[in-house]
Amino acid sequence: MKDEKDYIQDITEIRSMMERSSKFLALSGWEGILAGIYALSGAFVAYKFFNFNPDKILYTIESGDATAGLTNVIILAIVVLILALGSAVLFSNKNAGKRGEKLWNPTTRRLLANMSVPLVAGGLLILVLISKGLIGLVAPCTLIFYGFALYNASMLTYKAVKILGFVEIGLGLISAYFVEYGLLIWALGFGVVHIIYGIYMYYKYER
Amino acid sequence: MKISINGLHKAFESRIRLGIMSALAVNDMLDFNSLKEYLDLTDGNLASHIKALEKEEFIGVEKSFVGKKPNTKYFMTKDGRKAFNDHLEALEKFIKSGRPI
Repeated sequence: MKDEKDYIQDITEIRSMMERSSKFLALSGWEGILAGIYALSGAFVAYKFFNFNPDKILYTIESGDATAGLTNVIILAIVVLILALGSAVLFSNKNAGKRGEKLWNPTTRRLLANMSVPLVAGGLLILVLISKGLIGLVAPCTLIFYGFALYNASMLTYKAVKILGFVEIGLGLISAYFVEYGLLIWALGFGVVHIIYGIYMYYKYER
Repeated sequence: MKISINGLHKAFESRIRLGIMSALAVNDMLDFNSLKEYLDLTDGNLASHIKALEKEEFIGVEKSFVGKKPNTKYFMTKDGRKAFNDHLEALEKFIKSGRPI
């Protein structure tokens, strides 16, 4: 026979299992804040040191060796991406540990599968754009497809991620029209918006 | 203090079985390995609890192949959902009244 304490424990377990098996809740605000800082630094370096500021859809870097310049920007972008992903894994893992869960579980795998479809499609499209010299459209496409991935992921995590997705898609569309502000809007979307989102998540769930 | 198990189904006395039902309540289907990971159980332990729930016809099985590997997926049956909901309601009543049922 069980007593009242046991039944309360039963309910706690039911809740926790429902949550764990359907939602990825190990996100940390620090992931957003750090990703934002990396993005802002990356955009600054690209602009200041690599003279990268695509103002037309068909764009080449004007000073110095254009091909080498573009390669530098691509390497920089990959470094920013790896830093952001690395921090995300690190902080999510810490957060999952705090919740008494494992980070790598079927829900996490489902989340990654959901995100990977738009991200891979977007990545391939960006390679096509680079190969055709349509550099001005690269920044808008990263914002739009990243927004799709967030929107897709939001069903399995906090609702704030859905809003973040919409904001990124919106900024992507605006920057596709105003190509001359592409890098600036990219810095706004991946930098400032991520930092605001991160601070919001931190105050809401971690303090 | 003795309490009757009115409305509280016997099959759900085990917390592991409650866990299986909770996970299946919010997922259309889950395979054996996913359940194993969520509940952190051994194969044999999970299999025996699944068998018990299958016998009550609270969960159903769908067998298929992924390549050459057999893949067994479990889902909650209509009866299972009803029994689980009744169980939750009974728990809720119990907690609210603060008295044995």
